[in-house]
Amino acid sequence: MKILVVDDEHDVKTLFEQRFRKEIKNAEMEFVFAFSGEEALVYLNKLEHEAVLILSDINMPGMSGLELLEHIKNKFHKPPPVVMMITAYGDEENFTTAKKLGADDFLTKPVDFALLKEKLKIKS
Amino acid sequence: MKRKLNILLLLLIPVIAFSQKGNPDSLKGLALITNDSPYQADIKNLSEFQKLSFNEQQRLQELEQEKILSKNKIRNYMMLGALSIFLLVGLILYRNNFQKLKANKVLELTLSNLKSTQTQLIQSEKMASLGELTAGIAHEIQNPLNFVNNFSEINSELIAEMKEALSKGNVDEAITLATDINDNEKKIIFHGKRADSIVKGMLQHSRSSSGVKELTDINALCDEYLRLSYHGLRAKDKSFNATFKTDFDNSIGKINIIPQDIGRVILNLLTNAFYAVDEKKKQSGDNYEPTVTVKTSMTHLSQGRGALISVSDNGNGIPQNVLDKIFQPFFTTKPTGKGTGLGLSMSYDIITKGHGGEIKVRTKENEGLNEDEAGTEFIIMLPA
Repeated sequence: MKILVVDDEHDVKTLFEQRFRKEIKNAEMEFVFAFSGEEALVYLNKLEHEAVLILSDINMPGMSGLELLEHIKNKFHKPPPVVMMITAYGDEENFTTAKKLGADDFLTKPVDFALLKEKLKIKS
Repeated sequence: MKRKLNILLLLLIPVIAFSQKGNPDSLKGLALITNDSPYQADIKNLSEFQKLSFNEQQRLQELEQEKILSKNKIRNYMMLGALSIFLLVGLILYRNNFQKLKANKVLELTLSNLKSTQTQLIQSEKMASLGELTAGIAHEIQNPLNFVNNFSEINSELIAEMKEALSKGNVDEAITLATDINDNEKKIIFHGKRADSIVKGMLQHSRSSSGVKELTDINALCDEYLRLSYHGLRAKDKSFNATFKTDFDNSIGKINIIPQDIGRVILNLLTNAFYAVDEKKKQSGDNYEPTVTVKTSMTHLSQGRGALISVSDNGNGIPQNVLDKIFQPFFTTKPTGKGTGLGLSMSYDIITKGHGGEIKVRTKENEGLNEDEAGTEFIIMLPA
């Protein structure tokens, strides 16, 4: 399963690669990283026919995670990607907006990787 | 002949009388002479005449004296009058002075009240801008802390794996793991320091300015405050979103400034810029992309080398009638309670008085048609 991680912090890539090193080594999961909403859309256009799970931060400069969510849910239909929002702003408003826009899940930072792994295993 | 003698005698009598003034005996003698004379009638007339003339003289003398007396009187009255006028004026002046002193005391008290109120307002403006920062700062600290915690946890796992590998004699794997652990430690240190400097920056911002200039990396300062103000605004208003661009000139190096003061100025300009584009976004369609740009470059001022910082936005621009007031204290276009109106006036003081620099505005208002052309640019010039 390909997982697209969208976050403006570059060290997120290293973090995920280390946290999921076993899974990556066993080819259970494959990670792709985008550092902005715009970059993420470019990737999605390229991988249009592959099942992609998207993990996105909400507040990023430029296109926010929620805007990206909206774009994804409106544009990509076959197959519809699963989108999980990860964000430091763990408040009601963000949660409701994300849900309304069609987010499949909502996680707060700092990420509980054990929990994330479980959720990903279910989805894959 | 006889007549001449008599006339002589007559002439002598007043002389004698005069010279013998007050001398009764001499007058008696004079009487004897005159009684014997056949010219008594003449003498009598003459003495009458003399009496008259004497009286006349006396009268004249008295008149003179009266005149002198009255002159003196007038003079005295005038002097008294003048004196009393002076006294009156003196009294009035004294009273005025007394009242002025009283008024002065009241004014002094009012002035000291105003000064302390001004200090309080400036401090509350600092606190307000600090408050705007806290959400941004909290968010900014979250990320590095997140990394510190995560990488530490990973390292614990890696160390366990390394132990396992070593116990199995798998030295190569152990070395690979050790390298990974080391890389992670570097990241932990990096993010720990990042959090530390964010907190330090926040403390500096709240403290009264030290007034001490130090060599500061202007680009880093602009970047830090850009992120802080952006996240601060996002935390306050979830719907807020804007693009920010940076264009830093790396050749600038460090310049001699008071970092917390210049930081405050940059923060103020950024907050204003973000506010402007947010306002415009609320009125505009989906095609509008709110953008704030921060640019730095080297420049030449009259005093030599200088740094130029520009904060520009593509908001609605500043109307002409507002433009001359923006640097005035307490002037704000924000609704009541939203803005203190002190940001730009403090920024102006910091740049011009504190650093001998300049701050300029360039703005273009929404002309309806050219929506993309509108916007405002604040330019700061600081001597290096």
